[in-house]
Amino acid sequence: MGTKEVIITVESIKPKFFEKLIQNILKLTAGTTILVLFLIFFFLLKEGYGIFSYVSLRDFILGTQWLPETTPPKFGALPLIKGSLYVTVGATLIAVPIGISVAVFLAEAAPPMLREVLKAVIELLAGIPSVVYGFLGLTILAPFIKELFNLSSALCAFTASIVLALMSLPTIVSISEDVLTTVPKEYREASLALGATKWETTLKIVIPAARTGLIAAAMLGIGRAIGETMAVLMVAGNAVMLPHSFFDPVRTITANIAAEMGETVHGGLHYQALFGLGIVLFVITFIINFLTNILAADKLGMKRGRYL
Amino acid sequence: MGIKMETKNLSIYYKNYKALNSVSLPIKENAVTALIGPSGCGKTTFLRSLNRMIEVIEGARIEGNVLLDGKNIYDPEVDPVELRKKVGMVFQKPNPFPMSIFDNVAYGPRIHGVKKKPLLEEIVEKSLKAAALWDEVKDRLYESALGLSGGQQQRLVIARVLAVEPQVILMDEPASALDPISTAKLEDLIEQLKEKYTIVIVTHNMQQAARISDYTAFFLNGELVEYDETRIIFTTPKEKRTEDYITGRFG
Repeated sequence: MGTKEVIITVESIKPKFFEKLIQNILKLTAGTTILVLFLIFFFLLKEGYGIFSYVSLRDFILGTQWLPETTPPKFGALPLIKGSLYVTVGATLIAVPIGISVAVFLAEAAPPMLREVLKAVIELLAGIPSVVYGFLGLTILAPFIKELFNLSSALCAFTASIVLALMSLPTIVSISEDVLTTVPKEYREASLALGATKWETTLKIVIPAARTGLIAAAMLGIGRAIGETMAVLMVAGNAVMLPHSFFDPVRTITANIAAEMGETVHGGLHYQALFGLGIVLFVITFIINFLTNILAADKLGMKRGRYL
Repeated sequence: MGIKMETKNLSIYYKNYKALNSVSLPIKENAVTALIGPSGCGKTTFLRSLNRMIEVIEGARIEGNVLLDGKNIYDPEVDPVELRKKVGMVFQKPNPFPMSIFDNVAYGPRIHGVKKKPLLEEIVEKSLKAAALWDEVKDRLYESALGLSGGQQQRLVIARVLAVEPQVILMDEPASALDPISTAKLEDLIEQLKEKYTIVIVTHNMQQAARISDYTAFFLNGELVEYDETRIIFTTPKEKRTEDYITGRFG
């Protein structure tokens, strides 16, 4: 009862109109974001669902032939889905360990001057347009990989993975570094005072404490990789066939949509098929986000987030 | 009573600022030594110099000697990691790691090579009992340490230090973030601990220093003004500045 009275008093002192206004503006902006997201999804569904009356969902996802120009056309998206997965998984396997290692070095080991310089340079890398990465991959990386592995053509999932990894590194490094430096210094001091070395402290205290944030950093990096279109279009080899190894040429979902959209008739079967691909991509991203949340959730139910 | 630690002409600089000016102070074994003085007088700096945690602070520089059992701990041959096993530290704010209660206490033994679960369990139980926390947490050892109250967290941190089996325990205003009841429990605990350990405690609370310590050192502006048995400091101090401070005339 006592509390209730206090609340009423406090409320009546406040300039009510202003408080309400701010609250409503925030509600409006938050609401708009969610609304736009839903609209995008409904638009994708509306434009794309028609394809599923031509091929079943199962054949669309598991079909191995994507031949939009034949009669009758075939829309089996598995080569594209597999292409996207190969390139993304490859990029993740390269970028996440390297990115987090670099961030740990910057946050824990680098002298302050070097840290500031390196951070600025790495963040600058994030601003380079993807077409430039693609171009560099095409002219410098691909010939090198061709030599190294003695391939007939180096335009394959492996090369694309490296280019994508390079592109997502700045995001991963920069966010991971931020997360690591926000781990309270009390944790580090407590660990050092117990006789742990600096390295033990980093490995057993700082990184576990920053785990949630590090996963988020990795996911944002992967998000950039899976959505990337231009660079993979240039270096992945662009062949619509089922890849069997990382050294096969692939075409990703995004690259395929970009490459074929210009040829379609608005509302036609091919057009609908490409939107169908968009839905698949949307669902994949959704699943990745969902898995991230599960991974980031704490086993012990500790509110680590409070400290980060 | 023997002398466990001793500083000789110890000066400490942060970059060009002299935070501590030629302090020579004995720390008696199995006793509680309280460091008192107004904020910024160098008590915490002094405390941190006793287990070389001062070196963690960027730009800190040390002159003079700190002896532990007669050996200079700043000797290049001394490994700070080994030293900190012998001289443990409790900080101002309770700082349990974001892990379970068990893992918090087991952290020190684990990094020093204890792997066997039964042995770890034994150490954890012994340490928590010594820190007067066992009865309150024995049924929730595997729950997050962050769910404990502030007073419990501080006793957990002490248990974590005890698990490493130190000889000296440094405490930097351990009760400043605690309520009166938790503070009383902590003071009882310190009384018990001095039978086995040598304790150095920084405190802002003069009554606390008078209650729990055997020896008191009064610091002012980076200098040691007076050091003596606590009852003498609080009844018949030799220095006017000490008297002014403990009677509340400044600070």
